[in-house]
Amino acid sequence: MTATSESEQLRYIDQQAADARVNVEIETEGMTLNLGPQHPATHGTLRIIAKLDGEQVVAAEPVMGYMHRGYEKLAEVRTFPQVTTLINRIDWTGSFANETPFILAAEKLMEVEAPPRAQYIRTILHEMSRIANVMLGIGDMGVQVGAVTPVFFAFRDREYVLNQIEAVTGGRFHPNFDRIGGLKDDLPAGWIQNTKNAMEKVEDFCDQIETLMYGNELFQARTRGIGIIPKDIGLAYGLSGVNIRASGVDWDVRRDAMPHGLVYDQVDWKVYTHPDGDCYSRMWVRLQEVREGAKIVTQLLNQIPSGPIMAKVPRIIKVPAGEAFVETENPLGVMGYYVISKGDLNPYRVKIRSASFNNVSITPWLLKGVYVPDIIAILGSLYFILGDIDR
Amino acid sequence: MIALAYWVETIFRSLGGLAAVLLPAGPIVYIFLFKMMSFMQSRLGPTEAGPAGTLQLIAEVGKWIQKEDIFPRKADRLVFAAAPFVVLASSFLLVLVVPFGPDAWFVNLDTGIYFALAVSSVSVIGILMAGWASASKYSMLGGLRAAGQLIAYELPLVLAVMGVVIQAGTLNMQDIVLAQAEGEIFGFGGIGNPFILTQFLGFVIFMIAMQAELTQPPFDMPVAESELVTGYMTEYSGIRFLLFFIGEFATAGIFGMIASALFLGGWWVPGLDPDSNLFNILGPGIMMAKVMGVMFLVFWFRFTYPRFREDQLQQLAWKVLIPLSLVNIVITGILKVAF
Repeated sequence: MTATSESEQLRYIDQQAADARVNVEIETEGMTLNLGPQHPATHGTLRIIAKLDGEQVVAAEPVMGYMHRGYEKLAEVRTFPQVTTLINRIDWTGSFANETPFILAAEKLMEVEAPPRAQYIRTILHEMSRIANVMLGIGDMGVQVGAVTPVFFAFRDREYVLNQIEAVTGGRFHPNFDRIGGLKDDLPAGWIQNTKNAMEKVEDFCDQIETLMYGNELFQARTRGIGIIPKDIGLAYGLSGVNIRASGVDWDVRRDAMPHGLVYDQVDWKVYTHPDGDCYSRMWVRLQEVREGAKIVTQLLNQIPSGPIMAKVPRIIKVPAGEAFVETENPLGVMGYYVISKGDLNPYRVKIRSASFNNVSITPWLLKGVYVPDIIAILGSLYFILGDIDR
Repeated sequence: MIALAYWVETIFRSLGGLAAVLLPAGPIVYIFLFKMMSFMQSRLGPTEAGPAGTLQLIAEVGKWIQKEDIFPRKADRLVFAAAPFVVLASSFLLVLVVPFGPDAWFVNLDTGIYFALAVSSVSVIGILMAGWASASKYSMLGGLRAAGQLIAYELPLVLAVMGVVIQAGTLNMQDIVLAQAEGEIFGFGGIGNPFILTQFLGFVIFMIAMQAELTQPPFDMPVAESELVTGYMTEYSGIRFLLFFIGEFATAGIFGMIASALFLGGWWVPGLDPDSNLFNILGPGIMMAKVMGVMFLVFWFRFTYPRFREDQLQQLAWKVLIPLSLVNIVITGILKVAF
């Protein structure tokens, strides 16, 4: 797969060189198209500088940093419990999942462990934020390739999930619910049954999208064979999550390197991969992730234990000196926090490894030689959140 | 039929033409773009302006008229200003040959359908003008895409109509409608011969090509809002954008009229004598109902499908639709001679 695509690229470069010679003779010059920072397709402020020859991309470069908020530095002047308020806003469509790895890193440094019930609820909320995030991504992909209807279905059915997240945490988007040593509150009454119903809605949504969007010949024509990421190129660029699993790498942090404090080993689920590595396979794996997520949540709800939701932690949290790195499988890919503590109230240094930054970094390689409409399809299938790129 | 002075008749026909272009556009936008789209997408659509949001369009028109008519600094001002009018002019020229009843026509041209298909390409000039004069890259790409697309789909459109022309034996739109009213299908004349039955392939090709001519999704590459913002309309605002908008949906309505005249029997319904004077009054209403049926199909596809890529769209036109329509012409010709 690599050889062909590299030779394809070489051939493309040759063609470009030949074209360039012709262009010198007949004096046509390329055009530089600035996609963004204000552009409907980048849902945020990503800017792509694309050098075009007609409708074909000769070179593309993403420009990031329009939304840099300096969370790594800001975290240094906040106490450990306060940091969750910030990092909530990194990937704003699946916010609870942002909190988990940081809290787990802090727990690792403090050597406390959340009680089993808290671990279950944490895993449930982590999965639910994945579902909410990925559902939106699937709907958004529809808009990118020109079908407006799926995104409304996505918004409609995501609301069922967000309502449940809101019912337990109090916030649809920024729950700020995870605490070092457990959770802020227990589940409200009737929540378990309502969530099971919501998960059924999610599965209905998956069936609907599969027939409306994925089964559509035009959707397949727009996405199959477009933006192929070979396995080793993907790994070299540090892709993670769905984007690398769609290239055939069977690797999922939830299964293979699960951090202590989440209970994915208690349920029966499956990691989906796809051999193709194109836009369609990325979207296909995403859809299966939503299905699996609903399955995981339903199973966890059935076996959720009773007990306290908070371990014994001091009222004023001072994290002992040390270093910890914890990564989890977040909706957009692997997210990790490298936390250094000097024994103070504040972390000494926090380094955030967010998935979208790497996922977008492959675009110069990936967009070479594609057509302008394919830029949009590829960006949509890579599915990034701007806050997750710039932090 | 009362005999009128030539000038009175001309005024009536001109006013009728104005109404025929502008009146269907409103219901089409409200019923399909506002309400049907909303219901298909599990939304409600406009509800506040007027009963069930019926006056929403008037509110929108009012909004657009109030907005500033912005010219980009580097724009070619004259061309930029004229472009929407050229697009709209194409809609007005197009409606000329559509018959609404035995005597309710604007111009009874013997080369009617030929004229209609010829002037429908005038809008390409307007779109190219808009794309070029905006001095914007998105507009330029959109304009070029639109030109390529409209020219490519003009061919299957013409060739699909050829089948109808062979069957009816005339280019005159009025005579095509009469041929359907008086025709018979292999000897059975109970419902006449609406050409959708005997020219079904032609109808399908015509509908696809029409969808592309109207740049409705899945053929909306020229205005692809997720990549080219709104293509050739990107730099337009205020009343000129409104003109583009009216042009888009008025043309949709008129193409619906042409489709229903060619394939669905136009102003005629089975069971009534086509010479009856009743049709001069009922005709426009019957026509409108058929237009709504055609538009339902157009918008149904619009809300369901993702859009074609530029090259896929050209492939569909040149590799699938044109050969198919040629086959259709050959089959129609053979059957015409045989029966």
